[in-house]
Amino acid sequence: MRPTPSQTVGPFYGYALPFRDGGDLVPSGHPGAISVHGYVYDGAGAPVPDALLEFWQADAAGNLDGRPGSMRRDEVDGSFAGRDGVTFTGFGRVATDLDGHWAIRTVPPGEVPYIAVCVFARGLLHHLYTRVYLEDSGEALLASLPGDRRATLIAEPERDGVYRFDIRIQGDAETVFLDLG
Amino acid sequence: MPEPQDVISREIAELAAKSDGADHPSRDYPPYRSSGLRHPHRPLVAPPEAYAELRGPVFGASDVTPLDGDLTRQHLGEPLGERITVTGRVLDRDGRPVRNQLVEVWQANASGRYPHLRDQHPAPLDPNFTGTGRCLTDAYGGYTFTTIKPGAYPWKNHVNAWRPAHIHFSVFGTAFAQRLVTQMYFPGDPLFAYDPILQSVTDEKARERLVAAYDHDLSQPEWSLGYRWDIVLDGPSATWMEEGR
Ligand SMILES: [Fe+2]
Repeated sequence: MRPTPSQTVGPFYGYALPFRDGGDLVPSGHPGAISVHGYVYDGAGAPVPDALLEFWQADAAGNLDGRPGSMRRDEVDGSFAGRDGVTFTGFGRVATDLDGHWAIRTVPPGEVPYIAVCVFARGLLHHLYTRVYLEDSGEALLASLPGDRRATLIAEPERDGVYRFDIRIQGDAETVFLDLG
Repeated sequence: MPEPQDVISREIAELAAKSDGADHPSRDYPPYRSSGLRHPHRPLVAPPEAYAELRGPVFGASDVTPLDGDLTRQHLGEPLGERITVTGRVLDRDGRPVRNQLVEVWQANASGRYPHLRDQHPAPLDPNFTGTGRCLTDAYGGYTFTTIKPGAYPWKNHVNAWRPAHIHFSVFGTAFAQRLVTQMYFPGDPLFAYDPILQSVTDEKARERLVAAYDHDLSQPEWSLGYRWDIVLDGPSATWMEEGR
């Protein structure tokens, strides 16, 4: 069957898609928790204040089965209840703020050593996939890329447990985006 | 300086004449002006493996309440507008149902206004309509939303730019690589030809797949009009799935 075409997420997804603690894959104080954060930039180097990022990764043991509960609802009144603080769902979603900044808190993925990222934005007609690697592990995709391209996929350690990962949609230091078709 | 519609329409026609029949829009589609700085210049890279992207996030009953699929019952009063139901199935490229997965929708109210600070369209907000909903697909991949028909609204892509009425959809497949965000349109909308976002899908047949069908059997007497719209998720290709590369 022919697929349904993609269309831009547009500017007005704010009431629908981001959810409270969407970037907190693990709770504050979780043993081994890391923060990954950065900016999204357009082709003029300007921050993108209306991008939406989704993250999907293995748990610390390398399990990719995923678990429900990223956006739990209160079954009594239907209000937003959020994560239960125990279950690792493997999924996160954050919108960039007005400065184009985003942040998540998670644990390093086991076995499959990257955080898969899906980028949506006003102006972007079809989402883009990339990956956050926490180190240059020599993993297959990294090994296949020339050095300057490889560097766009490797988060920079800023201080203990904090990594910086910028996404450049277009331009000289353009992030490597993936063809998963 | 924003250009007039005829400049945009000429660009749309030129790109339509060169259509390669692709299912998805080119990320570089100049008539949609804000795509200019927001598409990569370099070709996408096929990774040697995609262990994570061939799997994907899962959602469950706890993530959704049964009321979330009814956008007309989220406030004390009833929203203004034409009550509709939108129903269909989420399928993969092989026609297999995508079960128990999350479908999210958002839309303007009947006057064409979003309750968003950046929406400056001087049309009334509706205190009884937020315009967001979600549900899980059933065992057949089916989804249903009850809502009101959204209004067309102006935007600033060019002079006198108007979006045809649409409902935004966000859909998950079984693989993260099947992720889809798109827009559903209503049949026969006179704004189709003028809209660079819909026309970014340059193949006519592909564009038709974004338009719901009015289905009289889905309409309910004295209550609502029914529309049917099936969603087919793209990729990853069968070889990827089989080889798990
Ligand atoms: Fe819209």
